[in-house]
Amino acid sequence: MIDKRVASLEDAVAGISDGATILVGGFGDSGVPTELVDAVLDLGVADLTIVTNNGGAGDNGVAALIREKRVAKLICSYPRTKEAHWFKQRWAEGQLELELVPQGTMSERMRAAGAGLGGFFTPTGADTELAKGKETRMINGRLHVLEDPLPGDVSLVHAQRADRWGNLTYHSAARNFGPTMVTAGKLSVVQVHEFVELGDLDPEHIITPGIFVDRVVKVGSK
Amino acid sequence: MTAVTTHGFTKEAMAARVAQDIPDGSYVNLGIGMPTTVGDALPHDKEILLHSENGILGMGPTPTPEQLDPELINAGKQHVTLLTGGSYFHHTDSFMIMRGGHLDISVLGGFEVSEYGDLANWSTGDPTVAPAVGGAMDLAVGAKSVFAIMSHTTKDGKPKVVRECSYPLTAGRVVDRIYTDLAVMAVEEDGLHVVELAPGVTKDELQSATEPKLHF
Repeated sequence: MIDKRVASLEDAVAGISDGATILVGGFGDSGVPTELVDAVLDLGVADLTIVTNNGGAGDNGVAALIREKRVAKLICSYPRTKEAHWFKQRWAEGQLELELVPQGTMSERMRAAGAGLGGFFTPTGADTELAKGKETRMINGRLHVLEDPLPGDVSLVHAQRADRWGNLTYHSAARNFGPTMVTAGKLSVVQVHEFVELGDLDPEHIITPGIFVDRVVKVGSK
Repeated sequence: MTAVTTHGFTKEAMAARVAQDIPDGSYVNLGIGMPTTVGDALPHDKEILLHSENGILGMGPTPTPEQLDPELINAGKQHVTLLTGGSYFHHTDSFMIMRGGHLDISVLGGFEVSEYGDLANWSTGDPTVAPAVGGAMDLAVGAKSVFAIMSHTTKDGKPKVVRECSYPLTAGRVVDRIYTDLAVMAVEEDGLHVVELAPGVTKDELQSATEPKLHF
């Protein structure tokens, strides 16, 4: 029998170790797996590489990991949001390495990892300083840059509903990086607002098939 | 009534001027900041679908308190709504839409635009400020047309329409049209062509606020 449901947040993040690369879903405040990230903080692991779109906000989730100096490196497209004061402070102190990646390139690098590809050529950023040191090639008369896959040891994602096989649906714009990140993590952990019975999710409406998911945990709804 | 001398486009007029150039049936992405104002200026008699990089097509206006969905935000992290017929998709598909040439128009803000259509809008190169790029580079390379909307000069009066960008590039040779408070300009093979002067702005005044030679 397949049952990917786990009883607690502690069980959901069990086994994550120091030095792990963790893909964290969310865009702004939408679709952030805050409870899972807080559970990683409680786990006490350090020297993490966090891949996420923004630099954390306020004092919870990724911001708390950065505040507590658990994050060695942030791979990110837009860290400098108004509420990212812990990112700004740790970066200014030189305590946090930043790899800045254009948003679509970041997402596609994770897709490449999940899809078993060795990378891809993109025109995005090819003629800019973000392509410095990378292989470039003219393709159909346009400069492209070679981008590597970006796999995670773990992905942490927020979805709406899950059944015991790990099939997922999402809610509105909270879907964002989730469906890509769950394919790119060696261990994919998803927090949902609701568990449903197998068969309750219309197969035509399942956004993420359960094969990509290892653990699902239920958290309270907003 | 006191006569008011109009000089230049107001911010609202700039947004309306961009909106006027967006054809019915277009798929459009509006960048953060000044480009967002174009959304309010879109005429109701045209069906124009707005795309948001975080996975929305058919983005609607600001919600009423009853309509508010805390997860439904735009690229600027503001609450929005979904029009009837709108859809959600994940980030990788959203950037496929952008980079794959499926958007008709991308409206972006600019620090500088060169006479060749080079765009600089993501970094001032200040090493004390953490860099951030978001979706700007994908939007700049991907859309069929790129419109830049910005003030014509900096607060100190320095031209932002330049021969060569001094700030780090977002993408080279991508901008098709430039909308400023002083004029609308089209980027052509032989340089910048003035499509329209803002009310009360003279050719000499526009040229003196602009680095490259303009074609009138």
